[in-house]
Amino acid sequence: MDARDRLIINELQGGFPICERPYAETGAKLGMSEDELIARIDRLLATETLSRFGPLYHAERMGGGLSLAAMRVPETDFDRVTQIVNAFPEVAHNYARDHELNMWFVISTEHPERVDEVMDEITRESGYAVYKMPKEQEFFIGLRLEA
Amino acid sequence: MQALPKIINDIFPSPPIDETDRRLIAATQSGLPLTPRPYHTVAEQLGLKAEEVMARMQRLLAVGVIRRIGAVPNHYALGYRANGMSVWNVPDDKVVEYGQKIGALDFVSHCYQRPRHLPDWPYNLFAMVHGRTRDEVEEKVSRIARLLGRHSRGHAVLYSTRILKKTGLRLSKNS
Repeated sequence: MDARDRLIINELQGGFPICERPYAETGAKLGMSEDELIARIDRLLATETLSRFGPLYHAERMGGGLSLAAMRVPETDFDRVTQIVNAFPEVAHNYARDHELNMWFVISTEHPERVDEVMDEITRESGYAVYKMPKEQEFFIGLRLEA
Repeated sequence: MQALPKIINDIFPSPPIDETDRRLIAATQSGLPLTPRPYHTVAEQLGLKAEEVMARMQRLLAVGVIRRIGAVPNHYALGYRANGMSVWNVPDDKVVEYGQKIGALDFVSHCYQRPRHLPDWPYNLFAMVHGRTRDEVEEKVSRIARLLGRHSRGHAVLYSTRILKKTGLRLSKNS
């Protein structure tokens, strides 16, 4: 990865235009040709430096439900509860974290009401409370790489 | 000169999206084609006019169904392997001001306001801090602490110790 790749990553985390030749338009701003920009994005994707290039959709605004959730689970019961939580197809990601609230997962549902139902079902099956941590507001600008 | 972060508020009702929007979302959610005319390529795949594809994407962007269009970096592949979820207890009337300032820091990739659960969980502002090592993350967290000053009434940093499950978010074509 060189300085021109870093420029792409730093300048292109948003604002890619919707027009006939967006790579040409963006390339002109970054000082590279359409071909070079396409080739560099292709390579950044191939090396998994970028996980994706394109529109990032906002699941909650597509009519579905999405929320972060957390639980406090004793170590001795952790594997059992992990199995219960992971068995829900609505649970997209689940991470163990080093805090009293030690299990953190994302619930993604087709219908917004289903988020609370999944949390209730997890509480019923596991015996532990689920803390609902939905996003109330997002402040975004993205990560910038140092030179 | 750093641009101000965009605030996306989830309290407004979801805008309507129709069947064609759903097909467009399904066709583009894993990425845009790397062709000189990517929206024309998508239009051909869907049997739509390119003008319609572009107009629909403009609308989805304007109403917030599309958050942004561009590169999604893989932090881990970029060498940022010690990622800490920093959580802060900030007075409610300061959340927007400091959420914007913290979101604008180079090393913060995501910054969200979330509800407190008192007394167990007093934190209302989440900032994902990326660093190459845990020491680097701790140093960056202390920069956030200095920025907040007396407006930080407490904070914690949660590191992930294990990935228990990881699947992509699913979008159904008809719901």
